[in-house]
Amino acid sequence: MLAYLSDRQWLWGAAGLYVAGVLLGTVSLLRGGRPPGTAIYVAILAGYVLQFIGLGLRGHSTGGCPLGNRFEIVQFTAWSAITLYLVVGVTFRSSVFGAFTSCLGAALTLLSLSIPSWDAIRRTHIFGGNPWIELHAALAMFSYGVFGLLALASGLFLLRHYSLKSKNLGGLFFFLPSIMDLDHIEVRLLGAGVAILTAALGFGWVYWSRDTATVGHLKLAATVAVWVAYGAAFGLRVDGRLLAKRFAWTCLALFAAALLSLEAVEGSRHPRASQSSERILK
Amino acid sequence: MSEPCLFVIGASHNQAPLEVRERLALASEDGLTADLAAVPGLREFAVLNTCNRIEFYGVGDDGEAETSLQAAYCARQRFGAAEFEQIRFRLTGRDAVLHLFEVASGLDSQLLGENEIFGQVKGAYAAAQSRGTTGAVLNRVFQKSFQAAKHVRTHTGISSGRVSVANVAVELACNIFGSLANARVLVLGTGEIGEGTARAFRSRGAADLAVAGRRIERAAEVASGLGADTMHFEERDSRLADYDIVVCSTAAPGAVLATRAIAAAMRRRPARPLLLIDLALPRDVESSAADLQNVFLYNLDDLARIAERNRSAREAEIGRCRAMLTQRADGLWKQVQPHLSAAAPRAGAPGRDPDAAGQAASP
Repeated sequence: MLAYLSDRQWLWGAAGLYVAGVLLGTVSLLRGGRPPGTAIYVAILAGYVLQFIGLGLRGHSTGGCPLGNRFEIVQFTAWSAITLYLVVGVTFRSSVFGAFTSCLGAALTLLSLSIPSWDAIRRTHIFGGNPWIELHAALAMFSYGVFGLLALASGLFLLRHYSLKSKNLGGLFFFLPSIMDLDHIEVRLLGAGVAILTAALGFGWVYWSRDTATVGHLKLAATVAVWVAYGAAFGLRVDGRLLAKRFAWTCLALFAAALLSLEAVEGSRHPRASQSSERILK
Repeated sequence: MSEPCLFVIGASHNQAPLEVRERLALASEDGLTADLAAVPGLREFAVLNTCNRIEFYGVGDDGEAETSLQAAYCARQRFGAAEFEQIRFRLTGRDAVLHLFEVASGLDSQLLGENEIFGQVKGAYAAAQSRGTTGAVLNRVFQKSFQAAKHVRTHTGISSGRVSVANVAVELACNIFGSLANARVLVLGTGEIGEGTARAFRSRGAADLAVAGRRIERAAEVASGLGADTMHFEERDSRLADYDIVVCSTAAPGAVLATRAIAAAMRRRPARPLLLIDLALPRDVESSAADLQNVFLYNLDDLARIAERNRSAREAEIGRCRAMLTQRADGLWKQVQPHLSAAAPRAGAPGRDPDAAGQAASP
């Protein structure tokens, strides 16, 4: 069964299910009802399984974690965000959060699928058979997924903040989680993201310190900058100097910057990449 | 010879003013239940007795059962039969089913879409079932009414938003703090509206309340009624940082909470939001406080506007709710009709409709 469909077809299926989650939430909200939390969760879960199969097939064919081009990186980031949502999302007790997570999954998967050039060149064996580098890359991308979910929570925080300040509590705003709940979610996600990224950089550092020429300066600078920025945001939040709206905006801006930094990572493949094989798909 | 029928007889806020409803309300249903169990031809019955309505749902062999039920109630309640005849409504068959659906859904409530009635209908059914006065017809009709009510409440906005000032204030607090269990509430002023709002906070789980008033004796009296602490009014600025929600309802001619004092309090608790609910006229809180970060200020007009908007939003859903309920009532009525013509033992007789046993709490 798995072989009948290509990895991209599985991923299209996943995107379709994430879109179904978005539609379920949107239709309910437009009708003035509460988004159907269970149905959205099931749609996300089904999409997640299809995405897992698609990425698994991709990983099997590329001989490692599928992070060989921008398409795979974005897909993996979306998959990471969904993974975290499926694990901890239920505790948020917000069907709107599910609808927005579905939206994030749909946006990232559709975006990557709809730009063929992102998947035109497919690198295989990019980690040179080194499992530590693979772990470093996987953890780093997983942290990006966490930061994606953090950006989502921050967006919801800003919406809730706006609704309370503008004294408009109806419609979509009625179903949003409370300001304090969203703030707690943000802090926990930021802490988790920073911890995972720190671990990722730790594994990468061990490898890099043996041979500093293996990592391009641009990639190194971009990665460290993202880590420092998120770490600083976490420190300032814990210290009570970056709060509420400013904290939420910071998290959104940092995620945008983190996504842009992928450009630097992608464009600065370490020299070992030359040892990997490249396949022009289109 | 008339056919057996499902009926509802009663009076509610739609027909009877408050002073009449006071006389209609049953203090205890026990005596009446015994009377009704003896009514000839009354196969099944359930009594819905709330502050806004008295309704008798029944299945009778003929029209005589209804008349006897009405007479038994008026006699027990010492309510004039002629007067009751003037104010009561009577529905039969599918219309009776639809009426119960609308009642359980809050569509027929004085406060449109309110949730309390759902529990009251469930309670009435559970009581009737435990007394053995329901059978195949009423069991099915009541259980389906719970499903129908849940459906419209979930799929429409009939119950969304709060429609009273006190409940809007509590809802706002929930939008900020989530659970109110850990939120600290300070009530400034001992006016009725402030006290009512504090009571609403208490009922929604706020455990830590304090009352401050210019007259400490009066504040202590109000605090005692609420199970709250008392605080000296002069301490309000210095202790403001200790509270998450401040309800102001003093009769002071000017502001009693200055923006500067609120800003100072926020510097001591920057990470926790502060909700200021100003119910006073003239206002108790300087309006510029609304510009402070993490401070949410609502005055009486704001709350009234939200309540009105919610009320309008609920009213806009009535048509959709009715359509959903009508469809379900039509479907159910078709299923129920065969049971009506089937022979059944009298109300109160044991061993009727064994399939429905224990289903009261599981609609």
